[in-house]
Formats: sequence, C-alpha cells, structure tokens
Amino acid sequence: MEKSGYVIEVEHLTKRFGNFTAVDDISFDVRRGEIFGFLGANGAGKTTAMRMLTGLSFPTSGKGRVAGFDIWTQSELIKKHIGYMSQKFALYGDLTVNDNMELFAGIYGVPKAEARSRIDLLLDRLSLMPEKNSPVKDLPQGWKQKLAFSVAIIHRPEIVFLDEPTGGVDPAARRQFWELIYEAVDEGITAFVTTHYMDEAEYCNRISMMVDGRIDALDSPHALKEKYGASSVAEVFDILARGAERSE
Amino acid sequence: MKEFFAFVRKEFLHIFRDRKTLLVLVGLPTVLIVLFGFAISTEIRNVNIGLLSLDDDISVLRLMDKLDRSEYFTYVGRFDSENAVNEAMRRGEIDAALVFPAGFVPAMYGPEGAEVSVLVDATNPNNASMEVMYLSQIIYGYFGEDMQAAAMSAGHSGGGGRITPNLRMLYNPQLKSSYNFVPGIMGLILLLICALMTSVSIVREKETGSMEVLLVSPIKPINIVLAKMIPYFVISCAILVNILLLTIFVLKVPVEGSFFWMILISLIYIILSLGIGMFVSSIVRTQITATLLCGMIFLVPVMMFSGMLYPIESMPVALQWFAQVIPAKWFIEAIRKIMIEGVPVRYVTTEILIMVGLAVLFFTAAVVKFKDRLD
Amino acid sequence: MDLEGDFTIPKGELFGIIGPDGAGKTTLFRILATLLRPDEGTVTVEGMDIVRDYRTIRTVLGYMPGKFSLYSDLSVRENLEFFASVFGKDVKENAGLIENIYCRLRPFEKRKAGNLSGGMKQKLALCCSLIHSPSVLLLDEPTTGVDPSSRRELWENLAELRDKGMTIIVSTAYMDEADRCGKVAMMKSGKFLLAASPSDIVSGFGKRLASVRSDDMFRLLHDLRSMEGVGKCYTFGDTHHIILKDGTDMTEELVGEQLVSVYGHTGVQVRRIRASLEDCYMNLGEE
Repeated sequence: MEKSGYVIEVEHLTKRFGNFTAVDDISFDVRRGEIFGFLGANGAGKTTAMRMLTGLSFPTSGKGRVAGFDIWTQSELIKKHIGYMSQKFALYGDLTVNDNMELFAGIYGVPKAEARSRIDLLLDRLSLMPEKNSPVKDLPQGWKQKLAFSVAIIHRPEIVFLDEPTGGVDPAARRQFWELIYEAVDEGITAFVTTHYMDEAEYCNRISMMVDGRIDALDSPHALKEKYGASSVAEVFDILARGAERSE
Repeated sequence: MKEFFAFVRKEFLHIFRDRKTLLVLVGLPTVLIVLFGFAISTEIRNVNIGLLSLDDDISVLRLMDKLDRSEYFTYVGRFDSENAVNEAMRRGEIDAALVFPAGFVPAMYGPEGAEVSVLVDATNPNNASMEVMYLSQIIYGYFGEDMQAAAMSAGHSGGGGRITPNLRMLYNPQLKSSYNFVPGIMGLILLLICALMTSVSIVREKETGSMEVLLVSPIKPINIVLAKMIPYFVISCAILVNILLLTIFVLKVPVEGSFFWMILISLIYIILSLGIGMFVSSIVRTQITATLLCGMIFLVPVMMFSGMLYPIESMPVALQWFAQVIPAKWFIEAIRKIMIEGVPVRYVTTEILIMVGLAVLFFTAAVVKFKDRLD
Repeated sequence: MDLEGDFTIPKGELFGIIGPDGAGKTTLFRILATLLRPDEGTVTVEGMDIVRDYRTIRTVLGYMPGKFSLYSDLSVRENLEFFASVFGKDVKENAGLIENIYCRLRPFEKRKAGNLSGGMKQKLALCCSLIHSPSVLLLDEPTTGVDPSSRRELWENLAELRDKGMTIIVSTAYMDEADRCGKVAMMKSGKFLLAASPSDIVSGFGKRLASVRSDDMFRLLHDLRSMEGVGKCYTFGDTHHIILKDGTDMTEELVGEQLVSVYGHTGVQVRRIRASLEDCYMNLGEE
C-alpha cells in the first residue's frame, strides 16, 4: 500500500437524519503523523463525523478515505487499521492489566509472539509492570485511561481516534496522558483527538472547529489565534461558537 | 400528599412512555391464556369415528348420528369388517371406531348384557383415553335412555338390561384442560409485574443517580417506594380483570365458587408480590441483579413447584417440602379451590393466612432494610 | 475512604474543590448531602449536625450528584415539575430564581430530557436542584463532558446565585473554573492539602517559574527535563512550564542559551512568569 501524506481525506461529507443535517458538507485532510484536534460544542456533529470516519456508519453523501481505505466500501479494513479510545468504554474492569492487553492484541490480530514483546514494552513504558496481574478496576482513573490508550495502539494503527480521552481527569493526570500521545505520534501514529479542554487544543498541530455541522475553521492553533485576534484557543472557540444557531 | 401524588403521576408517565414493556405486560397474559386454552389444550375435537355393525339396528345408527352432531366427533362411515376398520385407522382416515357384535341390541336387554368394543388410535395416549371416556359416556347415556324407555313401555320398571355404573368426572366434567392452568398463569403474571417490575423500577433510580437526589429531599423515602407500587397495583388489577374475562368468556371456564373471595385472594397475592418486589429492591443495587433475583428465586420456582406444570403430589418429598415455601403455590391452590372446585372459603383459610403472613414478613423485612442514606 | 481536614465555608461563598479522580470528592459530597455518615468527625450545614438533623438539612439543600441523569423519558417541563413537587413547591413560585437558566431551555420544554445535548441536560439538572430555592447548593463535577461555552454559562449562573446569597460548593477538574471560586480546596487521596482563595494560593507560590517555547515542543519537553537546575517541567497550553530549583545558578537566560547551543533548538523563547492556579496544583504536595 502506498503511503500518502494524508491518513484522512474527506470531501463533502454529509450525514442527515431525516430533516436534521448532523454533518453538513465537511471537507478536510489529516496529515500523517500529526495531532489533529477535532473541536466543537456538544451537538455540533463531532460524534457523527467520527462514527463515519471509523467505519461505524455510512455518510448520506460525500467521499472519504481513512488510512487509505474508502469509507463506503472498505469499512472493515478501516477498522483493522485504526485505534479507538473513548472516555466511556475503557477496559474490562474485572480482568487484569495483562489479560486486557492480551485480549485486545488478540482482537486486533497481533501475532502471539509479537504481542508478548509489545505488551511488555507498553507495560514498561507505563511503569505498570508491578500491577500486571491486578484487576483493572483497582487502578486509579488516570492509570486506567493511560492503559486504555496503550490498548488502543497495541496493533500499531496508522491513526488513533481519541474521543474525549481526558474527561473528568485532574490537570496532572491529563498531562501524563498527553505525553503518551506525543510518544505515540513520535513513533509515527497519527492522533485524531476531541476534547473540551482548550489548553489541550493548544497541544495539537492543527485544530478544526465544528459549528452546526460545518467546519468553520481549520488551522494551527497559532494561526487561528492570529486570524481571530485571540490570545488563546479558548477565545477562538468562544468567538466561533457564538455564531452557532442550534444548541442540539 | 401533593408530593406523593406527583410521584405516582410520574410513575404512570414512566410506564406509559415505555410502550413496548407495557404491551408485553398486557399482551403476555392474553397470549398465555389463549395459547394454553386452545393450542396446548388436551381437549378433543373433530375425532373421525367409524362404525362396524353387523346388524342394521336403527338405534345404533341413531347413536352414530348423535355422535356426529356433537362437537367432538365426526361420523365418517360404516365398515364391513374388522380389517377394513384397521386399514382405515392406519391410513389416518378414522381416529376411533365402535364395533357392535351381531345381536347387540337384543343381548343388551337380556340378563347377560352386551358388549361394545371401542377402538381408538392411541398414538396420543392422552387423547385416546379421553376419547374412550367420552365415547363410553355417550354410549352409556344413550342406551341407558333406550333401556329405560323399553322398560317403561314393557310396563315394569327395573326389569332386564344392565345399568352400567356412571363414570363421573369431578370438577372438570367435560375434561377441559383450560381449567387447571388459569390459576397458574394468574400466579405467574401477577408476580412478574408486581415483584419484577417494581423492583427493577426502584433499582433503576439507584442506577441513574436520581435516588440520591430524591433521598436528599424532604419526601419520606418510604413514600418513594409506596408511590412506585401504586401504578403496578393498578396495572395488576387491570390484568386480573383481563385474565378473568378471558377465562370466563373466551375459554368458557365457569367460576364455581365465590367471586368475591376469588378477587380478595388475588388482591392479597398482589400485595404480597409487591412486598417481594420491595424487599428485592432494598437489597440489590443494579437492575440486572434485581431481574435475576426475581427471575431465579421467585419466577422459575413458580413454574416448577407451584403445581402449575407438574402436580406437586408426584414430586419427591424433599421437593414437596420446598414447594411449600413458594408464595405462588398458596395462591394457585386457593384460586384453584375457589374457582374450579367451588368450595366454600373456609376450606382455603390456611392458604389465605399463609399469604397474609408472607406479605407482612416481606414488607417488614423491606422496611427494615430500606435506608434513607447510602451507607 | 479516608478523609482528613478541617474547613469552614462562610455563608454566600462559592467554594471549589479540586482533586484527581478517587481523591474522595464524591464521598465528601455525599457526607455533606447527609447521604453518608462520617465514621469520625462532625459536619454542620447551616449550623445543623448532618447526622442528627439530617431531615431538616435536606429541606435547605440542593444536590446535583456527578452521575445525575434526570428522567430521560420525561420532558424538560415534566422533570422540573416533578422535582418541584417532591419538595412540596410549585414551579411558578420559584421560577424567579431559575429564570436566567431556564430561559435557554424554554424552547425545548416539551422535548424528552434524554434527547437534550450535554450542556442543556446540565442546565436542566441545575434547574431541578434549584427549584425549591435551597440555601446551600452542592454540585459534584457539574461540567464534566460539557463544552467550553456551556461551562462558561454555567459558571455565570453560579456567580449570579452566589450574589443572591446562596452558598455553593462545587467540585471540578477544570482549573479555569477553580479560578472563579471565592475559595478553593485542593484534595489528594482524601486529604485537603490547601484551602484558600485563588489569589492567596497563587501569591503563596514560592518557586521560580518560567514558560519555554521552541519549534520542536516534544523534544523540548525531554531536553528541559534532562537540564541541570530544572526541577520540574510540564506542558502548559502552547508552552512548557519549568520550575527552577532553589539554590541553583540557573536563570531563564541560561536555559534559553543552553537550549540553542547545547540542544540545537530554534525559535526558543524563555520568559519568567507568575504562577497560575494550575501551576500551584501541579506543584502541590511536593514542598
């Protein structure tokens, strides 16, 4: 497979539910190896867009390729080449750290021999070796989330989708989490992140702002701040979200 | 009180918004009653019957005509040999046949009496034994009349002929099988709604976090639970009426005993089931546990040990003892006695007292276990 | 859960509690809400003991638990009316207090609560906990999963309520929210490490803090951590923050020079800065 400079290419993607246009003709690209921040208010259409990109639902119209595969015809291949982590579903609490890792390595078809060394590497990186055999539910929330991220990239996907990965986590744990993202990106994985923490948006290489199903802005945090004369991404968000018509 | 009624109203809204569950609750008893009443019914219908008679006696032919007119039998025709009868039965053309020996009628009036053979396809033994019973009854009845008439016209009573002992079937003279399962279904459905639905609905509030908010309000926690019971009580009563109407007007099972006591016993049982539901909800935290607990501890034993499917008398002694602690067993027995046997209420005092006792027990346990805090 | 600490909250205070997941925030809220009894120690709410007078306390308390999800099959209006009647109140007589919050919900009055967006749900939950005009309001992580605009609106609402004399206790994982509180308590594993006004916390920060930026932020993080004299380094928005160790000769200028000459960074900016509340939290418990 030829590796293009883009891991996600989207053209005129639209999703309608009856009269309601959840995603309204969006077009954007995500570059290989970047951290792409996918921002927007609750109900702006982020989740719907992410579902289409991860092969969970079909668009009403438009084209899209994820990890080189077509979202209309190759959704099963897409699922094999991406990682996904959401705040809601993390891991199986009653299984041990090691069991969870082996389980997900198995689900994503990582060869047995290789799985062992990858799991050990990840456990080592998280300093979770001593906790290897304790049930996940006994870990602090911050560790659980870090572990969930490691599981999401255990099959070395080309791109990992992170849906509000740090919701409800304190500032110290959030930073540790973001350093894991940096490391993964350093190894060549592309990160596609949604977040409500605007300081986290500053960590992204580029961010998009969704308002009422459209992408109203897309650029580096620095460029966006200059364009809107704002001192932080939070201000940019406020300026753009103020124009929103729908609150659902 | 205003608070309380607002609560009851909210519970009704929950129930009526969840159309699917409501449909199941109301539909299930209807389907079960109709299913058991007709499809699984062991009552016989449309039995094809043949005749082998060597004489052309008019009274035998009149008998066949009478059978044909009944809703149970259809007279197919006359055969001229036993082989022909066997052949027809093998091909499935007839299910039963009456074989009258030569000189049957005169012999009947004689001192020796006469014999008629009833041949039945016994592939389904239940049906077969019932067909035999039906047929013998009809034959006895028919010829009994004939014999009496003959004796009258001969001018002397109690003369020749043999009056065969009358086979009487108690409580279910027509052998309608619908009778016995009706109390069982009532026991099952009412328990399902009162215990399972109530406990799930209370535990749901714990799961979604709204119980925390309700506890931190001036409303007495016990009122929260009572308010939850009222809608299910009302629905249970509606379903009770539904079951009774179906039973009486669709299955045509007559209520032999006191209607008043039957309703009263049902109400006691409904309250007992609500107590079980409240008790379950006070000891569990998740809807899954509530469902499993109600399902495994209360509903499955109702099917197995309440006498609904299998008679308790034919179980091993240990299981018979176990059956005594199933609340529904007492209800089913009481209803069966009143509704089908038609006995006066003094014969079901034990059942009623046990049910009242259990209800008091479960409510007390629930109130003791119920906390207005989380710890 | 072990909780340790003494504090008092004056009437009309907007009091924030910050701490990581599992620090005991939810347990603390449940104790304050009279849902749990402390094994040791005493708590009074409005002068009443939470164990002995819990029935009276419950009439003056508004409580919004972290996982509160309303009744999703009831409409917005029905939810509100139900919670009003639970407290024996009428929606109309208390409408004034929630008017500024409820006005945004009014267009959706007939919609089922389950079909509202996260921000709207939160607004409705707040209205439901306010409908009986409590004098003390407890909010356990009300803004988790809520977008920045809705969060800001919620905090504007809370400020208005405080101005009307309501005492509000709120837990949060967002530092910008903690900044809006009159007083902030920071919790870690059940202990209160600090309880003071945000400005006192910030001015009590006794370390040398600098923000650093370069063209390769990821490598910069590791390089700063390997530097002599740099005590701690963490990401902070589009910059990294470093703490310069006490008693070291290292200065902001030297850090900048070394990054260019030793580590080969470009576009380097190092500036001495004043600590924010978030910096204080990051360096908490490491004195």
